[in-house]
Amino acid sequence: MTTLSAQAKVMTGNHAVSHGALLSRVQVISAYPITPQTQVVERLGRFCEEGRLEARFIRVESEHSAMAALVGAATAGARTFTATSSQGLALMHEMLHWAAGARLPIVMANVNRALGPPWSVWTDQNDSLSQRDTGWMQIYCESNQEVLDSLIQAYRVAEKVSLPVMLVLDAFVLSHTAEPVSLPNQETVDCYLPPYQPEWKLDIADPRSFSGLTTPDTYMEFRFKMQEAMERALEEFEAADAEFQALFERRYGLVEAYRCEDAELILVTSSTATSTARVVIDELREQGRPIGLLKIRLFRPFPARQVLEALSTARKVAVLDRNIGFGAGGIFAQEVKAALYNHLQIPVFGFVAGLGGRDITPAVLREVIDYATDHAQPEDLVWIGGKP
Amino acid sequence: MSQVHFPFPEEELLSTGHLGCQGCGAALAMRHVLKGLGEKTVVVIPACCWSIIAGPFPYSALRVPVLHTAFETAAASACGVRAALDCKGDRETTVMAWAGDGGTFDIGLQALSGAAERNENILYVCYDNEAYMNTGVQSSSATPWGAWTTTTPDYKKQSKKDIMRIMAAHGIPYAATASVAHPDDLVRKVQSARDIEGMRFLHVLAPCPPGWKIPSELAIKLARLAVQTRMFPLFEIEDGLRCRLSPVADPQPLEEYLRLQGRFSHLSERDVQHLQRMVDERWEQLENWAAREPVSTPAVPAKS
Repeated sequence: MTTLSAQAKVMTGNHAVSHGALLSRVQVISAYPITPQTQVVERLGRFCEEGRLEARFIRVESEHSAMAALVGAATAGARTFTATSSQGLALMHEMLHWAAGARLPIVMANVNRALGPPWSVWTDQNDSLSQRDTGWMQIYCESNQEVLDSLIQAYRVAEKVSLPVMLVLDAFVLSHTAEPVSLPNQETVDCYLPPYQPEWKLDIADPRSFSGLTTPDTYMEFRFKMQEAMERALEEFEAADAEFQALFERRYGLVEAYRCEDAELILVTSSTATSTARVVIDELREQGRPIGLLKIRLFRPFPARQVLEALSTARKVAVLDRNIGFGAGGIFAQEVKAALYNHLQIPVFGFVAGLGGRDITPAVLREVIDYATDHAQPEDLVWIGGKP
Repeated sequence: MSQVHFPFPEEELLSTGHLGCQGCGAALAMRHVLKGLGEKTVVVIPACCWSIIAGPFPYSALRVPVLHTAFETAAASACGVRAALDCKGDRETTVMAWAGDGGTFDIGLQALSGAAERNENILYVCYDNEAYMNTGVQSSSATPWGAWTTTTPDYKKQSKKDIMRIMAAHGIPYAATASVAHPDDLVRKVQSARDIEGMRFLHVLAPCPPGWKIPSELAIKLARLAVQTRMFPLFEIEDGLRCRLSPVADPQPLEEYLRLQGRFSHLSERDVQHLQRMVDERWEQLENWAAREPVSTPAVPAKS
């Protein structure tokens, strides 16, 4: 039995987010309620009221305005935070492009919730993955500890490369589920994450214009630099993770390979389905089946080299997607195929499961693995856990 | 030559070389408003004519910091800038949202209402050229009854949205209308607004020569006629309650104001009478308001 350390608290994923923002000393928070995110900002509102957090809390009238306010605050040089989910994230879409295009290191938590219609408040990844091409970095978390730690790491990387980060956690499975979370010491976090000092900001002593009109002669260079920053972010995430380990004795990697040595089939997962998959992989390994697991934690920038390395010894890959790119298939499967294609010609099976919060049980994962084991080549997209 | 009653700030924070059209009321409005505010100002500009007028990257026609933002976000982005400055202990700098009528009356109304309800410490200025002029003269809810636009090719059959009453209904500390034809009155209102804490709203009529189908040299004359005909009354509202209406010494009928503008050229005599009735009714409402709930200091007549 593991014992809780002195700084550990039992908290939900939502409150792990709030504590991560508190420890990161955010200065401007702007948010709008939406289930299942609301507890994040409720707790932050309380931290502000109690004076534990010296931040301005802007109680906006929509998610669109939440992000617009952070665009203003970050351009004026503040460390900024918001949290949302699903429809709220979809409403923000225009401003997600604005935040990234303006190169603002805003950090946001998105609780993965299925998009309507029909209405659902339960988890799947289509909300965040629909924002794939906005220029936001995306981290998918497996545990509440990872949520808190990743939030602190997110500011570190965002402020290094001047791009925003979306921290993603599953509705209810993490957002409303309590787990022991070790709280890092504030002084150590302050060493890890010094105050935000942007090179350029709205400043009456040095008046400059931000995000004004560009012509075909200049626009493309702005986009080139964003892509460059995304590429640099891969190294910055590695460095941020390594230093985090040195200070806090935990690290997560951009991807995590679990029992992939001599694995013939590797299951690829993200978010909380990974925890269930670990149990299933352990069982199958005990039965002597050579199955491994690859968790993809960082989705943007996509860690293609790390994915390729982890899968390089496998004969087959099975990708589990809690999302659907209509007309094409699961989105992680497409990304994995793209990462491998020019380097490694092995069958990649795509599975869709767990949409709208349907449980991804050990049985679902065993079915995925059995299907990929029994078939030589993938054919159509396979839906698992559906009703007849 | 008329004498200006108070020292008019000489400092120019709008430089030459901006991209406004000849006779652009919006460019002149910015020039005067910045004279009133001074250099301790941050300007937030959503999509509007001013996205162009300010000049393309890497140039800026303004000698104050500018944040360009998305169409419906002037108020929200300005609140964010205010919050960040507050965090840094800067309570002195004015944060001004600067939006057109489309970005204020239509697409930006939700964020504006949110900021007003929270009584955010920002100055919101709407320069109103009475249609989507930057995209080529489409009707907005600020377009007056009877005006031609490309999306009301016959003429607009709905009246102009009363943005001032909407803002007053939020109970904000200060809301005022102003005109580029009355820079003394405009600058006085800007300076009043600057020194008030909380949400402040200025509604400035800004003629648009191409959109109103007028020669550029008539822009100021028409802005003045809009006041003289009571088509655009100059008034202030404190705390959403008390009203001060600038009297018009020698009110003019609407005919000349309408006749000089191509956008009204199709109006029949009956149409003009209908519009005149609407203008008279609104003036009477404002007069009653100002008589019932006066502002403590008396109104200064706008000079013509």
